[in-house]
Parts: sequence; C-alpha cells; structure tokens
Amino acid sequence: MSSETLPYTVKPHPVTAMYSGKFGTWLFLASEVMLFGALFSSYVLLRVGAPAEGPGHWLSHHETHLSWKIGGFNTLVLIISSVTMVMAWASLKMGSLQKARLYLIITAVLAVLFVIIKLSLEYIPHIKDGLVPSHSNFFALYYTMTGLHALHIIGGVVVIAYFIGPGAKLYHKDPEYYTNRIECTGLYWHFVDLVWIFLFPVLYLL
Amino acid sequence: MGEDHHTPGFWRRYVFSIDHKVIGVQYMVTGLTFLMFGFCLIMLMRWQLAYPGEAVPVIGKIFGENNMPGGIMLPEFYNSLGAMHGTIMVFLGVVPILVGGFGNYVLPLQVGAPDMAFPKLNMMSYWVYATGGITMLVGFFVKGGAANSGWTSYPPLSNLATTGQTVWLIGMVFLITSSLLGSVNFIVTVAHLRSDGLSMFRLPFFVWAQLVTSFLLLLAFPPLEAAGVLQLMDRLAGTSFFMPSGLVVSGVPQTVAGGGSPLLWQHLFWFLAHPEVYVLILPALGIVAEIIANNTRKPPWGYRTMVYATIFLGFMSFIVWAHHMFMTGMGTKLSAFFATTTMIISIPSVVILTALLISLYQASIRFTVPMLFALAFLPMFAIGGLTGLPLGLPASDIALHDTYYVIGHFHYVVAPGTIFAIFAGVYYWYPKVTGRMMNATLGKLHFWFSFVFINIVFMPMFWVGLAGVSRRLYDQTVYAHGKAVQDLTITSSWGAWLLGLAQIFFIINFFISIRRGKKVSNNPWDATTLEWAAPSPPPHGNFATVPVVYRGPYEYSVPGQDKDFLPQHIAAEA
Repeated sequence: MSSETLPYTVKPHPVTAMYSGKFGTWLFLASEVMLFGALFSSYVLLRVGAPAEGPGHWLSHHETHLSWKIGGFNTLVLIISSVTMVMAWASLKMGSLQKARLYLIITAVLAVLFVIIKLSLEYIPHIKDGLVPSHSNFFALYYTMTGLHALHIIGGVVVIAYFIGPGAKLYHKDPEYYTNRIECTGLYWHFVDLVWIFLFPVLYLL
Repeated sequence: MGEDHHTPGFWRRYVFSIDHKVIGVQYMVTGLTFLMFGFCLIMLMRWQLAYPGEAVPVIGKIFGENNMPGGIMLPEFYNSLGAMHGTIMVFLGVVPILVGGFGNYVLPLQVGAPDMAFPKLNMMSYWVYATGGITMLVGFFVKGGAANSGWTSYPPLSNLATTGQTVWLIGMVFLITSSLLGSVNFIVTVAHLRSDGLSMFRLPFFVWAQLVTSFLLLLAFPPLEAAGVLQLMDRLAGTSFFMPSGLVVSGVPQTVAGGGSPLLWQHLFWFLAHPEVYVLILPALGIVAEIIANNTRKPPWGYRTMVYATIFLGFMSFIVWAHHMFMTGMGTKLSAFFATTTMIISIPSVVILTALLISLYQASIRFTVPMLFALAFLPMFAIGGLTGLPLGLPASDIALHDTYYVIGHFHYVVAPGTIFAIFAGVYYWYPKVTGRMMNATLGKLHFWFSFVFINIVFMPMFWVGLAGVSRRLYDQTVYAHGKAVQDLTITSSWGAWLLGLAQIFFIINFFISIRRGKKVSNNPWDATTLEWAAPSPPPHGNFATVPVVYRGPYEYSVPGQDKDFLPQHIAAEA
C-alpha cells in the first residue's frame, strides 16, 4: 500500500479539516512545544534557584557579552524568512512553481545567513573568550537552547533544499500534493521562528 | 486493492517493509527477544541476591574477569545489570510490544484501514527503535560496562558514572524519537482512516486505549529528550545543569561551575516516567477488554464509562509525577497536592477494572488460553494497584520509599499485569497473524506454571520491603534486618528461575505453531471487531472489500439472532 492510495493524503478530512500530513505536522509540533517547553522550564528553575552571588550565580548582562543588536538582526532575518516561506506557498496556490522556487531559495539563503551570523559573530568569538558551555549555567543553557534551535534551522534548510531540487518533481505529477508539502514545511518553519522569538528576549534581554 | 501489481523483493517485503503488519511483527519479535533478554539479566542478579558472594554455577565463568571474577558477581556489574534490566524491560520490551507490536498490527485492522496513515514513517520508527536497542546493547562492551545508575539515572551519580551512561543517553534519544514518530502515526490513523460508519464510540476499546497512549507518548516523552540532552551536555561539555555548587565526591571537590539542580532531572524524568506507567498499562487494559468481551460472549459492562475513564486517566497522568519525589524535601504543600492528584487518578483505574470485573457477572465464560491470562490479569493488576496507594501518601511513603515493597508493587502492575496481557494478546491474535492456532495444552501449562511462579517471585517482596530492605542492596545479609528476611529473598529467586523455565512452553508453542498449528478460518474466536473480517493472515492492503460498519464493537448474544455474535461489518438481517 503506497501512501498515494491512502485516503486524505491530499484532500482534507471532513472532520479535522486537514489532510493527514498537516494533522501529523501539528501533532509533531505539539511534541516540539513540550521539548522546548522543558528547556524553558529548566531555564526558569535554574535561574530562580541560582545563588545571589559567588560561584554558580546567574550572569548579569555585562557578564554575558551578548549583543542584542546581533540577536535582534538575526530575529529580523528569521522573520523575513518566514514571510518568504508563506510567499512560496501562496505562489504555488496561484500556480507558479517558478516564483515558489525563488521564494524557497530566498528562505533557505536567509536561514543559512542566520546560522553564519550565529557562528561567526557569536559562537566562535565567545568560545575564544572562554565563554564555553562549562563557564556557567547561563552559557550552558545558552549553548544548549540556541544549539538545539540551530539544529532545527539546519534540518529545515535540508528539507527546503530537497523541495527546491529533487522534491519539485512531485509538482508536475500532483501539484496539490506538492503544495501541501510546502505548507507543512512552512508550519514547521514558522514554529522554528517562534522558538527564536522566545529565545531572543529570554537570553538577550531579560 | 487486494492484488499486487508489482511484487517487491525480499528486502522490501520482510526487512524494510512499509506494510503495518510486517512492521508490527518486527516490533513484536524484537520486543519479545528484548523481554527475554531483560529477564535473563534479572535471573542472573537473583543469584547474587539469594546467595551473596557465591560463584554462579555453570554459567558464572563466561562473563569474564572484569565482571564476575571466578564466577562471583562484582557490585559494579550488579549495578549495570539492574539499570539495564529496568531500561530494557520498559523501553525495549513492554512498550514496543504493546504499542509497536499490537498497536501496529491490530489498530489499522480494527479501524478498517488499508495501512497506517504514514507507512514510510512507520518503517522509520521501527528502525530508529532498533538502532536505539542496539545502542543500548553496545553499552555492555564499553569501558566500565553498561549504564549503572539505575533506570532512573539520577544525577549527580549518573553525571559521574562510566561511559556506559553516555551510551545509555544516546540510546534513549533514539527510543524517544521512535515513540514520537509512532504516536503521530497512530493518532492520525485513528482520526482519518476509520471505515465508513465507524464513529468514535463504535471503536473497540483497544483502539481508544492506544489513542490515549499515543497522546501520552507524544507529550510526555519530549521533556525526557530535553533532560537527556542536558545530561549529555553535563557529561560531555562539562556543564553543571544537575551539579550543585560545592559538590564533593570521595573527598574531592568537583570542578564545575555549579548552581545546578539534581532535582531538575528528577522533575523532567518523572514528568515522562509517570505517564509512561500508563503507557505500560492502558494498551494492556485494551487487550484484556477485547478478550473478556469475546470470551464472556456479552458486551463489556460500561463501554462508554471505560472510555471516559481512560481519557480522564490520560489527563491526570500529567499531574502526578512528583509522588515519586516525596523524599526530596520539596515541602508539604507540594506533597499534599501530588498526594491528592494521585488519589484522584486511582479512581478511573478502579472504574475500568470494576467494569471489566462486572462484565464477568452471569456470563457464559469460555476458558480459552487468552481468557485465562486475561482473567489472571484482573486480580494481579488489582494487587499492584492497591499496594500503590500507601506509596501515594507521603506519610506511609517515607517508610516504604526505595524498599522492595515498591518493587513488589510496580512489578505486580507490569509483570503479572501487563506481561500477562501481552501473553493473552499473543494467544488471541496469533491465528490472525499466522492463520494457525497456538496449541491450547501447551498454552494452559504455560499459564498455570507462570501464574504460580510469578506470585512466588513478587509476593515475598512485600514482606521484604516492610522489613525495611532497600531495593538497591547488592547483599542484604550485611544488615541484621536484611538477614532476617533472607529466606524470603531466596524464595523469590527460586520463583524467578522456575518462571524462566515455564516460558519454555511458550517459546516452543510460538515456533512450532507457525507450521504445525491447527489451520483456522478468518474468525476462529467468533469475534465481532473488524480485524476478524480480514483474511488470516491479511494480505497487502488488508481487506478484499473496504468494510462498512453498522454497529458498535461488542454485539454479542443479541436477542433474536441465530448466532451469539454480530460482527460490526455485517448489515443487519431484516
């Protein structure tokens, strides 16, 4: 039984109003909320439980050396990439694979830009300054949370690259199916952005 | 649908298959193998417990000088065996069998679907599980042996443990990922692929149990994944998430940044592991409900009540986790909260059990092999559940915490409880999978010996625990209070070894019946649910014609009918 012959792979189910892939994506995102939720909870618990001063105390802003300008710029990069992701899906809905591909390429480029900025302006200089994960609980959480988020970004880039390249063949066979897959990718992409929208204030501003 | 236009090769058909039935059988066989392996670990440990410091006879020498010099088990090896017994039984044995095995095979058939909603994802979840399982086994061969900080892996102990702990964490990440993929698939399948006419309240109870279980897996597992990542960071990157400031180990101050919290791990771990308890029991209740309905030849009492109780149980299971942590000094207010929720969650469990018990009233019971196991499940699960109540109340838990009483309690739930349900399910659905019956005489021998011996294993533990013997002891006879109850511990050990021997009946029966078992029709148990409408074994695509459902799942002994069962897919006769 190939997936193409199962019901509701393309058409929405009358009760859930979603095709199977979209429903599955939402469920997957629910589990992702629990994953990042556990990390944010750990952040709260460790910060509240940290001693006021001395070893193990919570780092103040000038001790973290994190620039809100770099973080803010990266936030902007991700928000724009979310917009281009929607544009890709909208273009497919209007029947243009050309345009959709262009928007997907912009999305992927912005995502790569985010990772490059993160590495070259933040991770590498920090590690050189000795601000490594074992430096303090703040940096331990900082690297774990942003690192896991960056892995999600990279995963997203791989999926988007697949749909720009070999995955696009599906469009000629079944345009609606392909459009649906881009929609699901978009859902995931917005979620990854959303995680950053929480990470940015929690790590750079609070 | 029934015919294949192209016949896939051997690898695609039996190894990397996307057919839910093949994947179900793969899960089942792998899970049963791990179950046996985990049981062997404990049979070995029981020698050290019964006869501490004596060489293990016959097989003692094969474990090498590092683990068992001269056949005498070292404490470190004992700890590894203990941690791996728990991990393997729960994460590699019982859950894959219940959800991966029975869920994958039976659920799509019971909803009348041609396959799971995402067949490729289904294949992937099996292979991620298999990778996790192999990773866990690799732990035995690294320096310092497999993980040895208990299945709960409490830090700081686990942070400082040997390399085996890192392997354990990586293995867990694989197993968690596999469960996530599986649970997404189950939920979408139940929501989207039900046959025409199969409304939610016409679903067999087994499907409901699997559905709630899937939600528990989906939402409870990720926090443990997060905790696993944090502990990996602690072990590999030198962070101190779980390492408090000023920790001194064996007189040596630890050079960590500090400020971490060992309790954070416990919270994250039990946030998974308490719902996990219900993952272990709900599908088992589902199996037992199917078999009891079929063998009492009447609808189970209170089908809707059972469904509502299951959903309520699912919700509640997320807010009881800290009853595992009464001894951590989290304060009386929090303890009172979690004690209250724990008392509340016992209500739906009792509701389901009572409904199943009342179902037996005035029934003309068929004492088939699956029914024997299902009937034994009821009192065994009841003993397990009732002995849990003193553990849910802080005052009595303080005395009983971490003693053999706890071991007795949860083993009554999962061993003669869940594992009996697994056996019941294997005997019940075996004819569907192979087209042949398992031998009833061997099955009855298997049942009676298992039933007697398993009680000899676990019943004495309550007394050992009440005498105050800690579950972590390598040799309880060094303490006077342990020495006083050593006879009971020896009894448990002999029970375990005899229980191991009793499984030979099952293993022989399982393999012989594949070729020698009595051939059966599509519906050998005269059952009503949809899986029995498909051929035995069901072909690729399952149903010759897509079934349409006309009625609820358990229409047995309907007045005015020729037969005492009315299958879901047969239109009523005038």
